[in-house]
Amino acid sequence: MTALLEAEQLTVGYGAAPVLHSVDLTVAQGSITAVLGANGAGKTTLLRTLSGLLRPATGRVVLDGQDLRGVKVEQMVRRGVAHVPEGRGVVTELTVDENLRLGGLWRRDRVDAKRALDEVYDLFEPLARRRRFPGHQLSGGERQMLALGRALVGRPRLLLLDEPSLGLAPKVTAQIMGLLRTLRDRTGLTVLLVEQNVRSALSVADTGIVMSLGRVVANADAATLRDDEDMRHAYLGF
Amino acid sequence: MDRFVFLTFDGLSRGAVYAAFALALVLIWRATRIVNFAQGAMAVATAYVGYSVSAATGSYWLGFAVAVLGGLLLGAVTERVVMRLVDHSSHLNGVVVALGLVLVIQGVLGMIYGNEFRPAEAPFSREAFTVGGIALLSRFDLFVFGAVFLVVALLVVLFTRTSVGLRMRASAFAPDVSRLLGVNVGGMLTLGWALAAAVGSLAGMLVLPTELGLHPNAMDIVFVSSFTAAVVGGLDSAVGAVAGGLIVGLLLSYVSGYLGATVAPIAVLLLLVVVLLGRPGGLFSRSAARAV
Repeated sequence: MTALLEAEQLTVGYGAAPVLHSVDLTVAQGSITAVLGANGAGKTTLLRTLSGLLRPATGRVVLDGQDLRGVKVEQMVRRGVAHVPEGRGVVTELTVDENLRLGGLWRRDRVDAKRALDEVYDLFEPLARRRRFPGHQLSGGERQMLALGRALVGRPRLLLLDEPSLGLAPKVTAQIMGLLRTLRDRTGLTVLLVEQNVRSALSVADTGIVMSLGRVVANADAATLRDDEDMRHAYLGF
Repeated sequence: MDRFVFLTFDGLSRGAVYAAFALALVLIWRATRIVNFAQGAMAVATAYVGYSVSAATGSYWLGFAVAVLGGLLLGAVTERVVMRLVDHSSHLNGVVVALGLVLVIQGVLGMIYGNEFRPAEAPFSREAFTVGGIALLSRFDLFVFGAVFLVVALLVVLFTRTSVGLRMRASAFAPDVSRLLGVNVGGMLTLGWALAAAVGSLAGMLVLPTELGLHPNAMDIVFVSSFTAAVVGGLDSAVGAVAGGLIVGLLLSYVSGYLGATVAPIAVLLLLVVVLLGRPGGLFSRSAARAV
């Protein structure tokens, strides 16, 4: 398997104290990788660094062999990176349709952007029924669909998802996890999934990374992590 | 009754200008959470340039175009060269810098053009048509209404029907998310300032002929009225700004007509205080009150 994304020795801090300490990471093309760990482990900081919202103090991020140092955030989407941030990032003042169109505005291929938009409406039927609704009128599950759909309109190669299950009913979470697997199988999408919900993340992931206090403490097959009782007790809480 | 009708039309005509100027304030507030206190001074600066061009070429309309385009340029430059460098950890910083800009611009204008009033001509007659013995509107009033209506319509189309407008709105509401979606948020900010300043300059060209004329401080009172209009409208709402402008225009016209012109500025400040105390989110706010 070839690596789509590699992080080397990432150290990132807000102010003086680093939040990530020398993090190394490899995400294989077409895989789903779960990033697990307690609150404050640095998971969100990791995603924000990978998408360029935060600049590492040291280390680098490499996407498909290309060093991303110096690449602006707004250029990342053009390189195939979609980041669905914590709290989903739906622009609640805009309508469903405007949010989705926003996901494809950067694309030169207007025909395919339109096609991708239609595909998202096919994929998420509740969104199609609420095209003209402002984002603030959507339920949590619909907002997650919208954020995910908006990322997909850009036809990303790498999807960075921050806590998609947060505040969602187990059934909706399961649907979203199932969808990620479908997308990986059908389109070869690579997913890096930050989750508190360890069971549901490991149910869909190929590999898992466990973080604690800003360091990667384990990096293994999802199945291995599921079966490692010590690891589960120590870091994953089940 | 005649007097009431006249004052109503006069108030709507003034109000249209305040609406445009308030709209410019709202544009910048929505994008940056900064009240651009320098907007009046910026509008005066471009009006000076515009009238200089008119005087040199003999063409009012060339000067008018230069003033509005000058606003576009001045707005962009102000954002790029000044506002972008402001530390945004507190919104107060931007406000203080804007207030500093007022002093700089007014000082420079005084140095170049002097601190005397200069005539600001109107492109059309300001003599009102009379219908059934009642003085209603002048040609210039009609021009003001038409220009403001056109600007509002263009802004509505820009923001609701074009992808640039969608980018601008998204950048204002959610800058980080917009950047993740490939939007050049900095560019949208520059464009927002440019548009706002152009609308401000237009409003200046529409209001100066009805005031005492060109002076470095000529827009100060207009700024107060328009700021009140924007606050009445909720600062966040374009519709609110237009409605607020008309409300303030009418209030000013009735108060100066019935109570005397000297009372008018007090009435505006009173309205500002009442709205801030009673409905700090403005008359048109949907969401919870926001501290101004």
